[in-house]
Amino acid sequence: MAKELLKGNIAFAEAAIRAGCEAYFGYPITPQTEALEHMSKRMPELGRVFLQAESEVAAINMVYGAASAGVRVMTSSSSPGVSLMMEGLSYIVGSEVPVVLVDIMRGGPGLGNIAPSQGDYNQIVKGGGHGDYRPIVLAPATVQELIDLTVEAFDLAEKYRYIVVVLADGSMGQIMEPAELPPMKPVRKPEERPAWALTGAKGRDPNVITSIYIDPAVEEEFNLKLKAKQERIEANEVRYKEIALEEAEIAIVAFGTAGRVAQSAVKAAREEGIRVGLLRPISLYPYPYHRVRELASKVKAMLVVEMNGGQMVEDVRLAVEGRVPVHFYGRMGGVVPLPEEVLDEIRKVHSGLAVPA
Amino acid sequence: MQTEIIIAGFGGQGVLFAGQLLAYTALDNDLHVTWFPSYGPEMRGGTAHCTVIVSDEEIGSPIVRNPRAAVVMNLPSLDKYEPLVREGGVLVVNSSLVDRNPDRKDLSAIMIPANEVGEEIGDKRLANLVMVGALLQRLPVLTVEAVGQSLRKHIPEHRRNLLEANIEALKRGHALAAGEAVSA
Repeated sequence: MAKELLKGNIAFAEAAIRAGCEAYFGYPITPQTEALEHMSKRMPELGRVFLQAESEVAAINMVYGAASAGVRVMTSSSSPGVSLMMEGLSYIVGSEVPVVLVDIMRGGPGLGNIAPSQGDYNQIVKGGGHGDYRPIVLAPATVQELIDLTVEAFDLAEKYRYIVVVLADGSMGQIMEPAELPPMKPVRKPEERPAWALTGAKGRDPNVITSIYIDPAVEEEFNLKLKAKQERIEANEVRYKEIALEEAEIAIVAFGTAGRVAQSAVKAAREEGIRVGLLRPISLYPYPYHRVRELASKVKAMLVVEMNGGQMVEDVRLAVEGRVPVHFYGRMGGVVPLPEEVLDEIRKVHSGLAVPA
Repeated sequence: MQTEIIIAGFGGQGVLFAGQLLAYTALDNDLHVTWFPSYGPEMRGGTAHCTVIVSDEEIGSPIVRNPRAAVVMNLPSLDKYEPLVREGGVLVVNSSLVDRNPDRKDLSAIMIPANEVGEEIGDKRLANLVMVGALLQRLPVLTVEAVGQSLRKHIPEHRRNLLEANIEALKRGHALAAGEAVSA
C-alpha cells in the first residue's frame, strides 16, 4: 500500500475497519468526531454495524454486548465521553470480553475545552473504572503509529480477553501526516466466533458472561486470575522507543505528542553539545519500569515532559527509586509545550549537572 | 533541513486547504510533512490557521514558535505572526485586506493583492492559491509546477472544473512575487 496523507481520526477509524472491526458504537465529541463520521459512512457501505448511541453510557454498553457475542468491536471518544464510559469498562474487564477504545484526550477537568491534553493519564493508565484492574494502554506519537497500534489493539484485546485503550491527545486526532494503511482483513465469519462467546448455545452447553461473583472467596479467585493475566501482560507487552540515548547524561521521558515535542528539543540540545536522549514509552500499561530503572543507572538526571500537571512522572520516580534527580516540565489545560520551552528545561537540568569538582 | 510554514486568515479564506495542498505536494515528492490545523467550534468568520512542516527527515514537534514563513490573509494574522517569523524568513501579506506594511526589515516580505488577482482570474476565493504561488517564489521548498501536479492528482471529481483556475492562481502569485523581487 502506498502512503497517503491521513488525518489521525480518520486514519485510526479506517485502520480499525481494515483490522476486521465488525461493529462501532459511539457518540460524537470533539476532537474525535471525524472518526465517528468516517465510521458512519464506511461501516454501512461494508455491511457492518455503525450505531450512534444516545450517550457514551449507552455506547459502551452496546460495545459490551457485542463483545460478549464474540464480535470484533470498538468505540472511540474524548475525555468527558470516556469518563461516562467508566462503569461499562469495569464491567467489560470483569466479564473478560475483548474491547478496543480510542481516547483522543482534550483539556479538562469538567467540560474543559477541545484542545490537546494528556490530563487523563492517571484515569486511564491506573484503571479508571472501579475494581482491581488496569487496561492495556498504547500511546502513539505519529499517525502511522496510531494506525499500527489500533490494529494491534484488536489482537491484544482478543489475546487477553481484555480492554485495550489507544490513548492519544487532540493534536494526534487532528494532525495530517503521510501514513500507510494495512490491507483489508475480512471480518470473522459467524462460525469463527470464540468458544466462550454467546452465540446461541445450539448443540452445546450455555456460556455465561458475567461480572458478578457474590461469594468473596470466588470473587478473590477471579481477581487472582485477573492479576495473573496482568502479570502476563507486564511480562510480554512492554513497548517503547529510544532516541539518541547513547552516552546520554540526561534522559527525557515523554509519551505521545509531548514525546515528539521533546524529540525536537533533544535534536536542538544535541546541536548545542548537550548529551541528552529520549525514552518514549509506547505502552503506558504495562509501563517500561525496567528500562527506566536501567537508564537511571546510566544517566545523571531525568526530565519528564507531559501535557498535564505531572502524572506519568510518578511512574518514572517509582522506577528511578531516588537514584538520580527526576525533573518535571508540563503544560496544562490544552496548551501544547513548544520545543523551545523543553530546550530551556534541558539547559536548566544540564547546568545543574555541571558542578565543578 | 526542515521548513515551517504558517498560513493564517479568516475561516472561509481557504487557509486550511492551502496548507493541505502543500502537504499533499510534499507527500507526492517523498518528503516528510505534518499539517496541523487550528481547530475550534467556529465555522466561517472565525480565525483559522495551520502549520505545515516539510522536511527531508523525521519530524518531531508538529508546532513551532518561530516558523520560517508566514502567509497572512488578513490584518489580525499579520499582527499575530509578523513578530514570530524567524529572522531572515518570508512573510507574504494579502494586501487586499491588510492596510499596513510589515514593520520588520529583516524579512523577505511581499504584499500581494490576492483577492483582486483572484477576481481577475474569475473568483476572489482563489486568493489562497495566489498567496501560495507567491510564497513558493520566495521559499522554493516545493515548485509551483509540483503543487499544480498534486492538485491535479488529488482534486475530487466534482471540483475538477476549478482545476485550471487554481493552477492559474498559483502561477499568477508566483509571477507577481518574482516581478516585485526584480524591481525591489
